[in-house]
Amino acid sequence: MADTLTTPAASWLERLRPKSIGRLVTTVLLFAGAWIMVFPFIWMISSSLKPTDEVYDRDFTIIPKTFKGWENYYGVIFEQPYLTFLMNSFIVCLGILAFQLITAIPAAYALAKLKFRGSTILFGTVIAAITIPINVTSIPLYIGLVRAGLLDTYFAMMFPFIVSVFAIFLFRQFFRGFPDSIIQAARVDGFSEIEIILRLILPSAVPAIAAFSIFSFVAHWNDLYWPLIVVQSQDKMTATLSMMQYQSAFDTDFGRTYASATVVTAPLVIAFLFARRLFIRGITMTGVKG
Amino acid sequence: MATSPLQRAQTRLAYMLVLPASLLILVIYIIPIILVFAASLTDYTLVSDHYEFVGLENYRTMFADEGFANALRNTFFYAVLFLPGAFVISLVLAIAIQEQKQFRSVLEVLYFLPVTSTLSAMALVWAALMDSGQGVINATLETFGIPGVNWFGNGNVVLYSLAIISLWSVIGFNMVLFLAGLTAIPQNLYEAAAMDGADHPVDKFFRVTWPMLGPTAMFVAVTSSITAFKLFDTVAILTQGGPDHASEVFLYLAFLEAFEYFNMGYASALSLFFLGIIFVFALVQALFTDRNVQY
Repeated sequence: MADTLTTPAASWLERLRPKSIGRLVTTVLLFAGAWIMVFPFIWMISSSLKPTDEVYDRDFTIIPKTFKGWENYYGVIFEQPYLTFLMNSFIVCLGILAFQLITAIPAAYALAKLKFRGSTILFGTVIAAITIPINVTSIPLYIGLVRAGLLDTYFAMMFPFIVSVFAIFLFRQFFRGFPDSIIQAARVDGFSEIEIILRLILPSAVPAIAAFSIFSFVAHWNDLYWPLIVVQSQDKMTATLSMMQYQSAFDTDFGRTYASATVVTAPLVIAFLFARRLFIRGITMTGVKG
Repeated sequence: MATSPLQRAQTRLAYMLVLPASLLILVIYIIPIILVFAASLTDYTLVSDHYEFVGLENYRTMFADEGFANALRNTFFYAVLFLPGAFVISLVLAIAIQEQKQFRSVLEVLYFLPVTSTLSAMALVWAALMDSGQGVINATLETFGIPGVNWFGNGNVVLYSLAIISLWSVIGFNMVLFLAGLTAIPQNLYEAAAMDGADHPVDKFFRVTWPMLGPTAMFVAVTSSITAFKLFDTVAILTQGGPDHASEVFLYLAFLEAFEYFNMGYASALSLFFLGIIFVFALVQALFTDRNVQY
């Protein structure tokens, strides 16, 4: 009887050893830190549901005292051009991605698996170009676009990014791992090189392509620098660029302001929550980019 | 052998496959770099078609210019604030999260959330949180009896404020890189160290974790330094370099010179200086990565 009583007590005491207390404290601290990381999002969503005077109310409550969520979001989506802004962002990001894949995959295959003169020079150029950020080439690219009368067009917004040297590098490394014997066998079976790319290489490269696609989409969705330079009208404004308008009292309805910030942030955050692994892998690939 | 019809067809195909990418690399990277260099030797401005060759004048102006010195000072000061936090906080978080069992993936997602979010939208949120009058942060500080801070209006504070926002947005990113590095450390090294008497967590860290994490740590340090040097979005949205140039960092200055004042020649010199800095970081990374490959 006494035995059966002491056993649970002992294991309960066991759990309170310094080591597990330490672990508990760590867990609590980690969640406290996580609260700080997530609080700006909570504040943003909460404020997007509030009337203006409540947004800057000193005693902040997560649940709005007066609910103005419908009006705020209705205003952002139907009375302000936010659908256009989001559409522009989608067009530009998807356009860039499509061009990047179309130009990078064939080049990467040739660099990885085919012998041709100049391949070393080309690959060296690719490596060197990876270190060059848009901030360095922006001046001549901008002047060129001005001269061509192409400012404020989708073309101008996409142009500097339609070839990704990073994608060429990444896919080349990936394709190199593909067994030569399979490619040889396919050639013997009468596959053309194009068929080899489409039917053997591409399916095997899906994980790398998916990760790169996320990296590219996120990078260009969030890009402020280049749209700030080439976009001039509201017609071509991207969702990210639209956030610049609020520095000049574009909208004095603060509830609606944060509804628009939520609308701009939502697509990527929602996509992230659905494909967490892929996102983390895709985005941390930038590391390689340096 | 090299001239067999099949070989020749394959070579021709290879050229066709690399042609679009090569042409675009030429137009988007190589020619612009040459033009930036050429423009940096002229007094070209977009407003007039007339320009002259001025030699190294732009570079001389640059090194004598108080605006340039100020921007460099601001950027380095900001980097000094940002880098230790971006490195140490991420590393501590990664170690702590790795030891969590049930909560690891939840915590990973929560800390990574700011990385996926659009910084320019979240900057507006931070502006409200850091509002000197009604912001949540100052209200919280005041309940603890700490006087509120003028986060964006005070020239001595503004770089701290920007560093806090950058830390918030980058910690999850570095943490995931560290987590990947930590996961790759073989467990038996810890067991071996424990047999040698390294049982305490601090011992374990300095005897096993830190030496094994070398390449990852180098990598995080270099990418974070480049990130620090590329600070732009929050400055453009929140401070526009103010108050009184106190947050005018390098890339923002280059942006103003090129696209607000249209001093293209001078701005080109600034761009090349920026490229030089990036190259130094890339070089450091390449050198250290090679050395680390050996063990």
